[in-house]
Amino acid sequence: MGQSDTNSMFPLGCDDAVHELYHFLDGELTEERRAAIAQHLDWCAPCGSAAHFEVELRRVLADRCHDRVPNALIERIAAAINEEERHGTAT
Amino acid sequence: MADQATFQADAMGYADALFSAALRMTKNRADAEDLVQETFLKAYRAYGGYQEGTNLLAWLYRILTNAYITSYRSKQRRPEIADVDDVEELYLFKRVADVDGTLSRSAEDEVFTALTDEDIKTALDSLPETFRLVVYFADVEGLSYAEIAEITDVPVGTVMSRLHRGRKALQKALTPYAERHGLLARQSHGSEVEPHGAE
Repeated sequence: MGQSDTNSMFPLGCDDAVHELYHFLDGELTEERRAAIAQHLDWCAPCGSAAHFEVELRRVLADRCHDRVPNALIERIAAAINEEERHGTAT
Repeated sequence: MADQATFQADAMGYADALFSAALRMTKNRADAEDLVQETFLKAYRAYGGYQEGTNLLAWLYRILTNAYITSYRSKQRRPEIADVDDVEELYLFKRVADVDGTLSRSAEDEVFTALTDEDIKTALDSLPETFRLVVYFADVEGLSYAEIAEITDVPVGTVMSRLHRGRKALQKALTPYAERHGLLARQSHGSEVEPHGAE
């Protein structure tokens, strides 16, 4: 990754921001770290651009990897559970 | 304590979610269907032990994951080699970004429009299983590290490391598709581009 181009107003460098980017996007950082990364992403165009790309990639993954369960399977499962229920009350 | 009599009303709404996860686990519909059926029956039998008010879907995912590991994984076990240690951060982004290290919103749209559902699923399916599951739970389902740790029965630190490696592997796996769709053409020298510090 790029050099840690620090700046007195924005002490966080690109390396740090990229290193913690996933934790940031996952919402798994402390408020202080979250704010520091957010500030860097606003200030640094390449990092901000990368963060946006990662967010979109995730949205695309979430949108496109969902499949509908076949109705026949739902019916089969319901029948199997009902069958067990009957056995349960019979014994 | 949950009541078995309400199981179908409570749980069957999650069938799509379980089936989607099962497809990514087994990579084929017949096995995914069997796995989902097995999961619902096991969940029904164990429903008395489910604590109402806790995340029911996470509880079902845990049963699904265990059933998968027990019944299906051995069937398709083969050496899974995934050396991602030398894969750089933001692997895909760096290959589609402009030489100044940024990517316009329209160019970004172009990337995600060009990548087909099949590209995405095939890339995800190509990941080694331990990576595939955590990436699925985190990025497709949006679960927290703690929830994934619970579901996959590994420490949170292991989840974080698998997720980090898995995301790198996924970006690398997506790159040939991006290349096929002509999305890497913007730059003349792919892997050498250093987007940051282009002042």
